[in-house]
Amino acid sequence: MRQEIFEIIDNIPLTERVYKMRLRGDTSAVTAPGQFVNIRLEGLYLRRPISVCDVEGDVLTIIYKVVGKGTEQMARMQSGKLDLLTGLGNGYDTTLSGCRPVLLGGGVGVPPLYGLAKKLLAEGKQVTAILGFNTAGEAFYEEAFRALGVKTIVTTVDGSCGVRGFVTDALKDVDYTYFYACGPEPMLWAVYRATETSGQMSFEERMGCGFGACMGCSCKTITGYKRICKDGPVMRKEELLWEA
Amino acid sequence: MGSMKVELCGIPLENPVIPASGTFGYGYEFAELYDINELGTFSFKGTTREPRFGNPTPRIAECTAGMINAVGLQNPGVDKVIAEELPKLANCFRKPVMANISGFSVEEYAATCEKLDKCQQVGWLEVNVSCPNVHGGGMSFGTDPKAAAEVTAAVKKVTSKPVILKLSPNVTDIVSIARACEDAGADGISLINTLLGMRIDLTRRRPVIANTMGGFSGSAIFPVALRMVYQVAEAVKVPVIGMGGVSSAEDVVEMMLAGATAVEIGAANLVNPYASRDIVRDLPRVMDKYKIDNLKEIIGGAHNG
Repeated sequence: MRQEIFEIIDNIPLTERVYKMRLRGDTSAVTAPGQFVNIRLEGLYLRRPISVCDVEGDVLTIIYKVVGKGTEQMARMQSGKLDLLTGLGNGYDTTLSGCRPVLLGGGVGVPPLYGLAKKLLAEGKQVTAILGFNTAGEAFYEEAFRALGVKTIVTTVDGSCGVRGFVTDALKDVDYTYFYACGPEPMLWAVYRATETSGQMSFEERMGCGFGACMGCSCKTITGYKRICKDGPVMRKEELLWEA
Repeated sequence: MGSMKVELCGIPLENPVIPASGTFGYGYEFAELYDINELGTFSFKGTTREPRFGNPTPRIAECTAGMINAVGLQNPGVDKVIAEELPKLANCFRKPVMANISGFSVEEYAATCEKLDKCQQVGWLEVNVSCPNVHGGGMSFGTDPKAAAEVTAAVKKVTSKPVILKLSPNVTDIVSIARACEDAGADGISLINTLLGMRIDLTRRRPVIANTMGGFSGSAIFPVALRMVYQVAEAVKVPVIGMGGVSSAEDVVEMMLAGATAVEIGAANLVNPYASRDIVRDLPRVMDKYKIDNLKEIIGGAHNG
């Protein structure tokens, strides 16, 4: 973990409520895709945890959805500086992926899978991504995944673009060796039941500190109590206490 | 540069700054960030006789100038703390640590303290009779002078280390509780624990916190904490540790003028992991500014005249 001041490069809307912000600063603490940053915002007491989409040299990209006071404030920023805690969380482990991993993202669960896809491709793996959204107007980053060389499938609940249904509906036709997922908990639960291989899932929880000090975001797993922020946010399918 | 040294229940502190229990884990997580020996000491995560998972999540809510937590004393239990956490701490901290203890019965408090009494690393026992997030224990001992005195007396019997009672602000008369603890043999009083509070999620129309209520902390509570420290310091002879919303070196000086011998930093550590260290480093500047040569000499200064 590092505390660093980052400079906002740009901050552009991808959909009506989803923004992509690029920041310049010391990214050396970011060691794995799936980690997050915790952002201090004016007038708000707690920092706001946002997953890292991508890191290229000293440029860090985050994609966030406007859901409350913190993200509303972020959406208005065009320039300036932000105080970030970086390199938080464990991130995804790419060593277990096999040769044909599938990535399953739901809504703003999609961004961390972008950095993950880049890493898996760099390791010479064949990557398929299934990106799930409610409707065509909320979809983003399909082209970005394609541009990387990822076989990309979009699903929408209302069928307005791509495959009609959920990410698990499109999964049926994919041949994969391992899965990586990020999205709302009902989606993760569906993925848990639908997948036949091992995999990793990234979880969300309201956090106090984001670095393991307050025990605000604990959960129970097969291997004991874990802090989503420090021991997670990525958990292995095998350690979850869910019953299929 | 003036002196920041104070003495807490007979044990010298290089400076009065102490990260508060529940905001600093068992220390070693923060030792990855900076040398925690810069601190006076710290109070480790509230420990109980048995391991505890704590409350369901969400346990955290944002507030204006503060936060609510309802962690509910998650900890690995005293045996594991002694076997695993304290040895890890020994690798990065060479000062006596403050052991924070909680319980659900007088016997449990005593049993946990008896075990920690044998640990050389432990300097003080801070006995939490004020956790607002557990039922049938914690705060219920700190809201009744008789129960608080019983816990104090039971703990005193099993340890030769200084015993500091950590009090709840969720009472009508905190002074009577502090006095009861002092009369029962407490070597010090620390206050305040969090204020009972809640938030409601407008979208779901339900409490944000799964446990409905939680403990409110952060800079918003500083004036309430300061007032209670002032009142208790006036009423007891034993040293008082002031805490509640302390976020700057100026706040530390204010707490000490109100009568605090040492000062704990809580929620501020969660927002800025370097907060306690920054306060230690900023204290000399603030002392200079207010012409304080010896920090020890200002303790209770606001009461005179």
